[in-house]
Amino acid sequence: MDLTFSPAEEAFREECRTWLAEHVPAEPLPSGDTREGFALHLEWERKLFDARWSVVSWPVEFGGRDASLWEWLIFEEEYYGAGAPQRVTQNGIFLLAPTLFEFGTQEQRDRFLPRMAAADDLWCQGWSEPDAGSDLAGIKSRAVRDDAAGGWRITGQKTWTTRGAFCNWLFGLFRTDPEAERHHGMTYFLVPLDTEGVTVRGVGRLDGDEGFAEVFFEDAFVPDDLVLGGVNEGWRVAMATTSSERGLTLRSPGRFTASAARLIDLYRRRGDAANPTSREAVIQAWMDAEAYRLYTLADVTEVVEGGSPGARSSLNKIWWSELDVRMHEAALGLLGPYGELAGEAHAAVDGGSWMKGYQFSLSGPIYAGTNEIQRNVIAERVLGLPRK
Amino acid sequence: MRFAFTDEQLLFREAVRDFLGKECPSEAVRYAFVDGAGRVDRLWVGLAEMGVVGLTVPEAYGGLGMNELDLVLLLEESGRAALPEPLVENTAVGVPLLCEVAPPDVLEDWLPRVAAGDAQVAVRLVGQPFVLAADRADLLVYQHEDRVVAVPGAALRLEPQPSVDGTRHLFAVDFDASDEIGLVAGSKGWHATNLAFDRGALGTAAVLVGLAEHLIDVTVAYAKERMQFGAPIGSFQAVKHHLADAYLQVEFAKPVLYNAAYSMANGVETSSRDVSTAKCFASDAAMLAARTALQCHGAIGYTVEYNLHLWMKRVWALVASWGDSAYHRDRVALAVLGPRP
Repeated sequence: MDLTFSPAEEAFREECRTWLAEHVPAEPLPSGDTREGFALHLEWERKLFDARWSVVSWPVEFGGRDASLWEWLIFEEEYYGAGAPQRVTQNGIFLLAPTLFEFGTQEQRDRFLPRMAAADDLWCQGWSEPDAGSDLAGIKSRAVRDDAAGGWRITGQKTWTTRGAFCNWLFGLFRTDPEAERHHGMTYFLVPLDTEGVTVRGVGRLDGDEGFAEVFFEDAFVPDDLVLGGVNEGWRVAMATTSSERGLTLRSPGRFTASAARLIDLYRRRGDAANPTSREAVIQAWMDAEAYRLYTLADVTEVVEGGSPGARSSLNKIWWSELDVRMHEAALGLLGPYGELAGEAHAAVDGGSWMKGYQFSLSGPIYAGTNEIQRNVIAERVLGLPRK
Repeated sequence: MRFAFTDEQLLFREAVRDFLGKECPSEAVRYAFVDGAGRVDRLWVGLAEMGVVGLTVPEAYGGLGMNELDLVLLLEESGRAALPEPLVENTAVGVPLLCEVAPPDVLEDWLPRVAAGDAQVAVRLVGQPFVLAADRADLLVYQHEDRVVAVPGAALRLEPQPSVDGTRHLFAVDFDASDEIGLVAGSKGWHATNLAFDRGALGTAAVLVGLAEHLIDVTVAYAKERMQFGAPIGSFQAVKHHLADAYLQVEFAKPVLYNAAYSMANGVETSSRDVSTAKCFASDAAMLAARTALQCHGAIGYTVEYNLHLWMKRVWALVASWGDSAYHRDRVALAVLGPRP
């Protein structure tokens, strides 16, 4: 066991820190889930790309730095520690890109990855449907073969599509074999949102942002070269991205250790006024973030040595999502009557960001498979309890 | 960076797991629980022969000269088996404390016998009202504020204080000052006893994690077999979620525990804070595992004819031993947040 980073890794950390210190906007950007904020976030994303910080773990040829998993963890720690903006490009970079690397053709990789890294293309995820949320295998939207045109015609509806109203591409699952049921007969498509027959309607979210969208498809044509992985192989291909979403790549510990540090800073400013039990909530949140950091170090060690977390990524997802909620609850406990104040209130603390963050944190236990589903996965696939 | 144990450490754990599986089965723990001696014959000597008892004894005195990181997995195994022996007090705390404060002639006299399993060391630090296994102790290391003394077992006057756990023989201890062998005083005494407390909390956290793992394992096995409403109870979502929650807490306590062992073994600056974090997580996870195990077993778990209670009672005793969660959470808060406003 060696819990220190190498001199080369420390040098990498120093390089990240120096660049971030010079470039992170002094004033936080408005939320990237609003139209105005999204545009400002895109400028930031392009700045990151120009300095080759947008996709550090990708190969150099696609705009990355070939960073190891350890270096990626270091980058994330520094990124969130510096208070840098949220990543509005994350759904493409963290959810689609691993699938493209694994299942994409060379042509697809060359066509999509560099533009994704540069934030020239913005990707949203088209999975949930009005009747298929946690039960993803229940999707109904279908794609019908059009041999003459050399592609597929898509009809149906996707919903709760994060930042769908601001993106120009969607990756999603559609039924291509009407005879097959449940996990069979689905295909993974990449769909330009300006395709004729595609309509996007923004939906206001709990936290007030326009971050959600409904996407309607009416006989929208998608050519064959936009099928990712094999026809009718969509479930297997998509599952590769769900484990990314639940596990390591979407939620690095750096986010939570940075949030814990901000919570402690708030405690120092508000501690006097706060209810004494707040101290316990604050320290428990700090310890929970620390546990997540350590758990991740063990996970990364295993991955680096050739293992795979598999169904254990469900443990990870429950931990960070519930930790995030408790962390914000602790902050609201410190704020008392100031917690409800919106950003524009004169007396608001930290621009009202804790209540907004609290509302956002509540989405964690819901998306990427609700935590109830994750508990079933742990019980059945890790502990081996019977499904029925 | 490599947050994993070495192959040697993992093999040692396997060997101890196999040994305890054979020599310390649940029937043996059950017997020890009601038997006056509170222990299983030959276990201590067997563990000494494997090097476990003398693991922290320097090689010059016949031990393995190893540290907290080598010991942590073995203590976890001792918890999994509910080993009825004071391995934490003797090996994790007593021996390293003696090594820090005792003169060479005392070490020469005692450590080879401790490593061989022929002598046992008991410990009592300030704030601890009772001494575990004082009746079997050949030497008690005792803290009076900044002074650390040793007292031969034969000189102790003991008042039994029976525990909820029949294998934990606790005693209020008294002795004459004339029987004390002075070992150290002053700031060196404080330093050594603070370290000893951290070692006790770390060792107990490891035992708690092992106890919790066993409780979850047997409950999962039971939930697969027990039929109600025509189905195994483990197929019911309410039962699944109870078990998934307990398992989650234990799985996240483990890296926190191993980090604390690493910090102690390497003298990392934050080691006391890391140990306290580990004891909080281990105590809370073990309490939840015990509660979950009983609830999922139902009435059979509530009987003393079934073995579950042996593990649960050990958990209930150990969560408050070497500092409970609230104490350690406060200690982490002091380190991270500073004094209360």
